Amino acid sequence: MDGNSLPPAPIKSIGVPMPMVDGPEKISGRALYTADFYDHDALTGCIKRADVAHARILSVDISAAEALPGVRTVITGSETDEGHGVLPVSRTELPIAFDRVRYKGEPVAAVAADSIEIAKAACDLIKIEYEELPAYFTAADATADGVVDLHDHRPGNIERHVDYEIGDVEAGFAEADLVHETDYHCAEVCQVQTEPHAAFAEYDGERDELTVRASTQVPYYVHLMLSKILKMPKSKIRVIKPFLGGGFGARTEALNVELITAMLARRVRGTVRTVISREETFITHRGRPEQTVNIRMGMTKDGRVTAVDCQTVQRGGGHSGYGIVTILYSGSMLFAIYDLQNVRYDGKRILTNTPPCGAFRGHGTVNVRHAFENAMDEMAILLGLDPFAVRRANLITEMGHVANDLWVNSYGLPECLDIVEKASGWKDRKGRLAPGKGLGMACSHYVSGASKPVNWTGEPHATINLKLDFDGTIVILTGASEIGQGSSTILVQCVAEVLGIDPTRVKIVAADSRVTPKDNGSYSSRVTYMVGNAAIEAANNLKGLLIAAAAKKFDVNPEDVECLGEVYRAGTQDDGMTFDEVVMAALEGTGTITVKGNFDTLPESWGGKKYRGAAIGGSMAFSYAAQVVEVTVDPDTAEISVDQVWVAHDCGKALNPLTVEGQIQGSVWMGMGQAMTEETRYHDGLMISGNMLDYRVPTFVESPPIEAHIVEANDPHGPFGAKEAGEASLSGFLPALTSAVADAMGVRAHELPVTPDRLLQLLEDKERDMRSAAAE
Amino acid sequence: MKSLLSLTLNGRQRDDAVASNLLLVDYLREVVGLTGTKIGCDGGECGLCTVLVDGKAQHSCLTLAATCGGKSLETIEALAEGGRLNAIQRGFHEKLGAQCGFCTPGMVMAAEALLRVNPDPDEAEIRNEMASNICRCTGYVKIIEAVQFAAAELKSNLEAA
Repeated sequence: MDGNSLPPAPIKSIGVPMPMVDGPEKISGRALYTADFYDHDALTGCIKRADVAHARILSVDISAAEALPGVRTVITGSETDEGHGVLPVSRTELPIAFDRVRYKGEPVAAVAADSIEIAKAACDLIKIEYEELPAYFTAADATADGVVDLHDHRPGNIERHVDYEIGDVEAGFAEADLVHETDYHCAEVCQVQTEPHAAFAEYDGERDELTVRASTQVPYYVHLMLSKILKMPKSKIRVIKPFLGGGFGARTEALNVELITAMLARRVRGTVRTVISREETFITHRGRPEQTVNIRMGMTKDGRVTAVDCQTVQRGGGHSGYGIVTILYSGSMLFAIYDLQNVRYDGKRILTNTPPCGAFRGHGTVNVRHAFENAMDEMAILLGLDPFAVRRANLITEMGHVANDLWVNSYGLPECLDIVEKASGWKDRKGRLAPGKGLGMACSHYVSGASKPVNWTGEPHATINLKLDFDGTIVILTGASEIGQGSSTILVQCVAEVLGIDPTRVKIVAADSRVTPKDNGSYSSRVTYMVGNAAIEAANNLKGLLIAAAAKKFDVNPEDVECLGEVYRAGTQDDGMTFDEVVMAALEGTGTITVKGNFDTLPESWGGKKYRGAAIGGSMAFSYAAQVVEVTVDPDTAEISVDQVWVAHDCGKALNPLTVEGQIQGSVWMGMGQAMTEETRYHDGLMISGNMLDYRVPTFVESPPIEAHIVEANDPHGPFGAKEAGEASLSGFLPALTSAVADAMGVRAHELPVTPDRLLQLLEDKERDMRSAAAE
Repeated sequence: MKSLLSLTLNGRQRDDAVASNLLLVDYLREVVGLTGTKIGCDGGECGLCTVLVDGKAQHSCLTLAATCGGKSLETIEALAEGGRLNAIQRGFHEKLGAQCGFCTPGMVMAAEALLRVNPDPDEAEIRNEMASNICRCTGYVKIIEAVQFAAAELKSNLEAA
């Protein structure tokens, strides 16, 4: 070794702001998303959708459609009698409605044809005879006396009623200096990932095997549901997730798009490509439900919350989807952010004749957090307290299990509060801004992966394989779905860090069931924590083999080998072996090396048993966020400009500060959309906002600067101490915004989104009240 | 009715028979086979399909292919220089202007069009000029940083030359 060079050292990958490993493909246009797969003889799939919201299907006549030249097959609800769904207890959604339609736009037939024009024409020729039933577009209507049940097994259209008390709520209220009750209403919102849903299914007629590429966050669920719907052995199915244009929860369950495309492909014994429109993607939905939240909160005069009584109702749509999980999250995640002892929770998930809701980013927690934080802000004003002081009066002081048995082992919320208070100049500026300007703040949190998987199989939560071969390249084989969040980059960093090697040595192959280990999927912010831990274990196993091989060559004990990443040596005077030499030594007599790493959650994190469904919310770790929002309100138009957001997010160790920042900013901004402009709207069950002009996703022009601060309260069990980074910062924006508007204008919006017309009405009501008060 | 379309695409002359109602985006993706240009909406809502027509950003989903005769088109596939990302693409890579990447080709082309006429845009100019391109991942913060990074790099390249 050159005597002048510095001694070799392991290369750092963790904590380094590293651009994404798959960035060049995406930025050069080479990345293939599902809709980018073409095949010269692929047929085009198209879905015929119901134009009624609730009806019995009396007959389906496909004869004219089948007779149209260029039509290769037409299928209806009789194609399968197997339902799909996330939870084993509620797999009652048929990919194509058979005897009953439950929302406008539900698939009632599908066509495979030579072109999209022919397929659409064929859909128009399908005649369906309906017997219409009373349709319910609100939770109240769906639960009135004498309603028709959407599903026989859900009497009264109640998907789930969750009702429990933890602690002693009445005693808590008795202890309070002020008890305050408030209501919030949150409109239904949709993920609007930029990629419309697509599927590409190839049926091998010779072998009776199926390969499906689909725009999914959870290829494993797609695999399971394909097997169930098609009644095909899982071994005959291969599921591949190509590049994915976002998800945000819309694709955490198998969707009818991929199931129908596969059924069409099997019918024609060939290849079918289906790309649905933006409007159809809206109707496929799986967004956040419309939700009302009533909160009664008791507070002492120094700001301590003594009791909370929370009642909430979600309009779930026509099928179960994630419904039970969503309504349980709304209750369980009242906890684990503040020291809260006495809570009564009453949550109802209702089935309605609207598109089915799902697991939108911040699943279940957002609307309840919005109401809770607003209640705190309202009470701070009533008690003359600073909103920061109110949060600080309620911080968790001891790590361990909280009142509903969620397990908190790291807690950076105090530091998050300090940072955004200082960064925003809160102490000097709050209450001293010009007229029409205001500041608001709020806190929020989220799980780092659901500790209990939906499908309890006894397998570990995550499994990773590493392959090392003669070329010195380490290939990560993982089922974890890269959905734009950067999971592939994080896994490369984890493996490179453990081995101390140049991260460009590490390549990744992900989400192909033929090649990669099963993964539970990209949902509940589980990948970094769970798959990251599995990657660390696998890399440590590989490192052990490499050290043993080097030890043999050096003729020393393994513990005397020093691993310096690209160099292994047995003593500081030793030139050592290069990584490539160690690899060749390790391959002697055994050949290509494959090692495995697993991760399992600890039983302490599985949530409680105090009520049915208490496992929901259970997680190995919780991330925390605090944010301050500054607004300017135009007094004439009531138009709100968000001037600046300061956010601090405790994600434990920031494995990649660049992608963490991107996740935080994206979360805050998505919360802004829900808070200010986004809302699905229906007319008699017909979605009338199913495009990106009527459904207003914020553009460049109205989006604010977002100053993201990273707080690292490392988690004892997280990969290098890491926790969740991509969800917690969303929900805090909503209450921070309404609190900022209240600060600016003296009126608090209780309905989301806070559009100019809603706010103008509030301002006019306030003016009228002031005038009539003055007149008296 | 099909007619002959002759144009320059990414520097190469092409002649194709195209139907009069064929959209430019479908021509690019399905006739030519360049799938880098994405479709994100049902027409004119999202900007994902942005390409350059005679150097100007245009929604290829709102453009009939047949109207492009004699014109010069550029798509995302044309930008790499010698197999490496160009300055704007590098900005998107280094500054994390792309997360899921689906809006990225259109976003990069919009940035390309902007920097060609305004090599040193301030933040407000970037926001206004790129307002018809929607991104759902980034909140636009890092896209603005990416464009500013690219502008600075192009400027220093120019000064070095």
